[in-house]
Amino acid sequence: MSEEVAPHTHFQYADARHQAETALSGMWLFLASEVLFFGGLIVAWTFCRHWQPAGFDAGSRETVLWIGTVNLFLLISSSFVYSSGLAFMEAGNAKRLIQCCVATMAIGSLFLLLKFYEWHIDISEHLFPAGPFKINGADAGGARMFWSFYFVATALHAAHMIVGVGLVGWIALQARRGAFADGWLTPVEVIGLYWSFVDIVWIVLYPIIYLVGRE
Amino acid sequence: MSQIVLPQSQISYLSDGVSLRSWLLTTDHKRIAILYMISITAFFFLGGSAAALIRYNLIVPEGMIQSAETYNRLFTMHGIIMVWFFLVPAVPVTIGNFVVPLMLGARDLAFPRLNLASWYLFMAGGFCALYALFSGGVDTGWTFYTPLSSNYAQGHVVVVVMGIFISGFSTIATGINFIITIHRLRAPGLTWYRLPVFIWSLYSTSIIFVLATPVLAITLLLLMFETLFHVGVFDPKLGGDPLLFQHLFWFYSHPAVYIMILPGLGVVSEIIPVFARKELFGYKFVVWASVSIAIIAFFVWGHHMFVSGQSLFASVLFSMLSYFVAVPSAIKVFNWLGTLHKGRIRFDAPMIYALGFIGLFTMGGITGLYLAALAADVHLHDTYFVIAHFHYIMVGGMVSAYFAALHYWWPKITGKMYPEMIARAAALLMFLGFNLTFFPQYILGYLGMPRRYHAYPPEFQVLNVLSSAGATILAAAYLLPLFYLTYSIFRGARAPANPWGSLGLEWQTPSPPFTKNFVVTPTVTEGPYAFSKHETFDV
Ligand code: HEM
Ligand SMILES: [Cu+2]
Repeated sequence: MSEEVAPHTHFQYADARHQAETALSGMWLFLASEVLFFGGLIVAWTFCRHWQPAGFDAGSRETVLWIGTVNLFLLISSSFVYSSGLAFMEAGNAKRLIQCCVATMAIGSLFLLLKFYEWHIDISEHLFPAGPFKINGADAGGARMFWSFYFVATALHAAHMIVGVGLVGWIALQARRGAFADGWLTPVEVIGLYWSFVDIVWIVLYPIIYLVGRE
Repeated sequence: MSQIVLPQSQISYLSDGVSLRSWLLTTDHKRIAILYMISITAFFFLGGSAAALIRYNLIVPEGMIQSAETYNRLFTMHGIIMVWFFLVPAVPVTIGNFVVPLMLGARDLAFPRLNLASWYLFMAGGFCALYALFSGGVDTGWTFYTPLSSNYAQGHVVVVVMGIFISGFSTIATGINFIITIHRLRAPGLTWYRLPVFIWSLYSTSIIFVLATPVLAITLLLLMFETLFHVGVFDPKLGGDPLLFQHLFWFYSHPAVYIMILPGLGVVSEIIPVFARKELFGYKFVVWASVSIAIIAFFVWGHHMFVSGQSLFASVLFSMLSYFVAVPSAIKVFNWLGTLHKGRIRFDAPMIYALGFIGLFTMGGITGLYLAALAADVHLHDTYFVIAHFHYIMVGGMVSAYFAALHYWWPKITGKMYPEMIARAAALLMFLGFNLTFFPQYILGYLGMPRRYHAYPPEFQVLNVLSSAGATILAAAYLLPLFYLTYSIFRGARAPANPWGSLGLEWQTPSPPFTKNFVVTPTVTEGPYAFSKHETFDV
């Protein structure tokens, strides 16, 4: 039963601060689990690259570098924008928080649009690892494997982005309803952690996808 | 934390709303535990029926009824249901959900809504798996080795794997909830070294939930990708690496086998002191043994792959590390024995289960060492010896621990006492039936009978018939509690707050507890097993 003993405080907590810190640590722990989730993928990826370096290099040369790079800058700036929103809200400015959330969502959506466009390019160039494949010869096996990892990793990251855009939108709605007016910012902070994490995942994926082996 | 008095909260959690809705949308950890209990009981009997059919088939050398294909589907269904939909959630998620906040003196878990969500994820995963298993089944075994699973298997591999994937997130959510709750919601005075051992063991289990399950999730995702699109990540014919799958799978699944024992070790450490009326011997050793088992568990996965062609160096290393796991396991056994020594032992049903656990777990653990020995494993790998090994631990150990926990906390959960005599009889019958079922399998494996075949050479028949006979007794022993526990809900005597004279916080609130657990948050001044200071507590 979600009865509250005080505003924003569920009955098992001593006070609002106790609850807020707990929520943050919960998100941190969830992110630790996410690290292992993506980490498992990256370890497998690295292992396979060592096994077939030439094929992976041939595969990675086909990636669309400019989109990956633009997306990298988009995400880094989105984290910056979102954190500014948090700072504004700490100073009591809900309107700015809403604007920052909307901007974050816009940048996130742009990222996704570019990502979809990139997938479109990849697939029309026969880089999807199943079926007829662009790269032939000795490197085909490794290159296919590279593209398998590419699609799994980017799809997984995009799924996280979609969830993130939704969550930031929810923050904006809450802010509009005045939920954070009394200085209770826990959801803003918790979602911020998540958003930055998704951003960092891209920072890690970027070199693995676009840079390593490109020469 | 100051003491907060909540006067309006003095209704038992069972009478706080009776509609279906009040159960399905509850965020009360105790009600969620009941939801889990009902679901895993159903899964247990489903998985059990598959096992019964397996044992039925093996009565005669050529196989009783089924074709080899049916047989493969049966043992796969048995393994998948029992591992992911019964044993993993049994003690930690079901019993843990009920008692963790109570043991901590908390009013609920840290994230009650996440807790409810995790039950729904579990059910969603369960239904995926059931759908697949009933609409044709899967014939890969619970381990899903590639390329069999991805490109040769017949059946709904993707759907089952999806089910396991989804239920994996349910256990991650529970793990997060437990860890955070244990850190943040302890009652005043409840320091780490005053925590019940059960809490420590769930803490260790939760670490595995949170850190190993995501690796399984990504592995299964890659497996689904390979299966759906026929691309090679693991399939050698398509340029993949099958050993990569085994490494990733066992990186999760070895720690996961400890998910299936650590909570049981915790239950037994809880029960033995109460029924021996003595302080737990070597408390700190016991709790740190739990933690070190959880840590070492991450570094031994290669012992499942000794004959896979991995390098000899890796095998030697994994073999040695596997021996290390036996050290904390043995520490626990000796500490229980030390606790029993000169205790005033009472043989109530929970205690009988717990004592049975000690013997069976020891057998299982020691045969684990045989398997961890490289040369021995070349002979024993993939034989019935391995089957006997892990059933001694998972069924003899963990399922006994689940029944021990169920009986021990039953008065708290339902507010009713179960019928003691018949419960003792069931516990003994379970021990007997279990040994008759699985001991012959050690011998069969040693003689070379391989696992996962639906027929066998005639000279193995006697031992197989013995095993099947044992399985019949075991089945009867498992059915008994279903009846008498259900009966006790309606006709059982009312349970007092503390029927066993335990010192844990969960016994300091009425049976069944209030919705908000405690009227006044308790303050803790001593450890959970300080029986020497409480002679008068005797009942
Ligand atoms: C004393 C600690 C233990 C050691 C040294 C140990 C060792 C081993 C070894 C070496 C194997 C591989 C045998 C083979 O496939 O040839 C094995 C298999 C297995 N063990 Fe253990 N084990 C221990 C404890 C446990 C525990 C606590 C559990 C579960 C609760 C467990 C469950 C299993 C399972 C399920 C398998 C078989 C997996 C399969 O192939 O289907 N073990 N063990
Ligand atoms: Cu293992």
